[in-house]
Amino acid sequence: MSEPARPGERRKRYLFDDARNVRRVRWALYAACALVLGADFIVHRHVEHPWEGTFGFYALFGFAAYALLVLIAEGLRRLVARRPDYYDD
Amino acid sequence: MISVAPFIVFLVGAVLATFARGRLRDIIVIATPVVGAINLCALDGSAPIVVSLFGRELILVQVDRLSMLFGWLFHLATFLALIYGLHRPNKLEQVVSLAYAASTMGAIFAGDLLTLFMFWEGLGLTSVFLILARRTRSAEKAAVRYLLLQIASGMLLLCGIAALLGQGGSLAMAPMELEGLASWLIFLALGIKAGFPLLHNWITDAYPEATETGTVLMSALTTKTAIYSLARLFPGTEILIYIGATMTVFPIFYAVIEDNLRRVLAYSLINQLGFMVTGIGIGTELAINGAVSHAFAHVMYKSLLFMSMGAVLFRTGRIGASELGGLYRTMPKTTILCIIGAASISAFPLFSGFVSKSMVMAAALEEGHDWVWLALLFASAGVLHHAGIKIPFFAFFGHDSGLRPREAPRPMLIAMTVAAFACIFIGVFPSVLYGMLPYEVTYQPYTVEHVVTQLQLLLFASLCFVVLHLARLEPPERPGINIDVEWFYRRLLPRGALRVRDELARARLVGGAVLEEFWNSGIALVTHLHGPRGALARNPLGSYALIALVALFAAVLVFELVLGSR
Repeated sequence: MSEPARPGERRKRYLFDDARNVRRVRWALYAACALVLGADFIVHRHVEHPWEGTFGFYALFGFAAYALLVLIAEGLRRLVARRPDYYDD
Repeated sequence: MISVAPFIVFLVGAVLATFARGRLRDIIVIATPVVGAINLCALDGSAPIVVSLFGRELILVQVDRLSMLFGWLFHLATFLALIYGLHRPNKLEQVVSLAYAASTMGAIFAGDLLTLFMFWEGLGLTSVFLILARRTRSAEKAAVRYLLLQIASGMLLLCGIAALLGQGGSLAMAPMELEGLASWLIFLALGIKAGFPLLHNWITDAYPEATETGTVLMSALTTKTAIYSLARLFPGTEILIYIGATMTVFPIFYAVIEDNLRRVLAYSLINQLGFMVTGIGIGTELAINGAVSHAFAHVMYKSLLFMSMGAVLFRTGRIGASELGGLYRTMPKTTILCIIGAASISAFPLFSGFVSKSMVMAAALEEGHDWVWLALLFASAGVLHHAGIKIPFFAFFGHDSGLRPREAPRPMLIAMTVAAFACIFIGVFPSVLYGMLPYEVTYQPYTVEHVVTQLQLLLFASLCFVVLHLARLEPPERPGINIDVEWFYRRLLPRGALRVRDELARARLVGGAVLEEFWNSGIALVTHLHGPRGALARNPLGSYALIALVALFAAVLVFELVLGSR
């Protein structure tokens, strides 16, 4: 069902074939991050939990949680990864 | 207006579809949920439908806000899955889908546990054919394992009902305390179908093996029927808070390292169920509203995500993250629709997850479950990883696989577009969904602080992805399998059995030869019937017949013991 690339199509350039566009997306993300972090100075928060009130709590938590997740998952992979035909049922 | 029990509409549709062919069958299949929806309108607010069966009064249909909400949800989900399936109409799939939907409708409108049980069994017995319809060897094997667990859930439910009757308890679909054998049996029966930790593996085993359409429908119906039943029978049961929190956390690690993108979504499904289970466990009005609205939002975006991956599988014949990539070039519409699903499940503002998940989290904080709240927050960042970024990135962007498949067929695109529309509509106009919830909603999702904090969480987690990706620290995608609880019954049990036989042969204990003879004749019998040339193995139905027979025998026995003595 899968269709190999036709010779002519190879030369067609798509949106992210241009490295500049990839960079633009990245810079947009950096800008958005700076913007929402900056909002912490302005927005007054009612907090339910004491940690919530700390400057940049959610930003830091999001970054750290993601990194921790990947780190632990790498460890888990060492433990549970097997070859595709592991189950001989 | 005249109305009938909702399941009857779907059963009639299934029967009609069995005898129709070609375009006519497609029209019947698509019209069934539409007729069902009209029937549902007429049913709203009507009195319970009671029938007499074996001298028992069964409440076949009981209507309230909770069952109506799930009724609408399942009608919509079935409608979308059936449209999606029109890309390659298949009689078996279509008929079974309607029968499966009928079981779900029966279960959620059931007014008592016995009625629930009948349709509970129907869920497993019908949906298994959606796995078999894939017609691969591994799908057949997964289907047997799937059916065994579904039957086990049904048996537990039946035993629970029997024990409840033995205690002289009521069979009404009403909240029960989790104490004593009866309630624990019922709790476990629901737990299997809801994917509780250690009982979850059938979801990640079977769903990636079903057909493109089958997986979409299964991901919507079975587990959410269990969530509905939990909300009915065990609201405010404290242990559910911790079960739910565990469900949100452990699957995300598996989702990170899994290569099969439909299996990633299956792990993600368990994670999402965790939020609902936690909400039901907390049990306050806000929490129940959160759990139920999350179920609604979830069915829409999870269907959308499974549909987009189904489209990729259909067009490329591949589903491993390691063998895909760069498909945005030739499947731009599917890419955009998938991203809408990804944004919804990640709970970006203006998308559906944002207005539902946060209710559960707010309720956890309100009730002082700080650690649970932290776990849910961690899981929210995890959702962004596997469903928000991994699914769209590795399928449609990432490295160029060189594959240039055509855009998804039109029926798939139509179904995905409607689902995407629902995701955005719920996110932008939450009051429509809130108005259908069991309790009045005072919760306000769109406050400046909620929007800002949620964006901080998600954008900085995305930033982490970019940093890790640029530093080449993201876990590489590798084909292979990751062992999970199923290891016990797919590896340990069969290997252990062989080991026992060998030990017996070696030991030559007194009577050892007799035992060995006994063992060998047992194996010979099973091989004779189910082996490569076995009479019952010529088609998979033989195995099902055996399982069904054993299950039926057990059911009769329990009924005889309990009802016969009264």
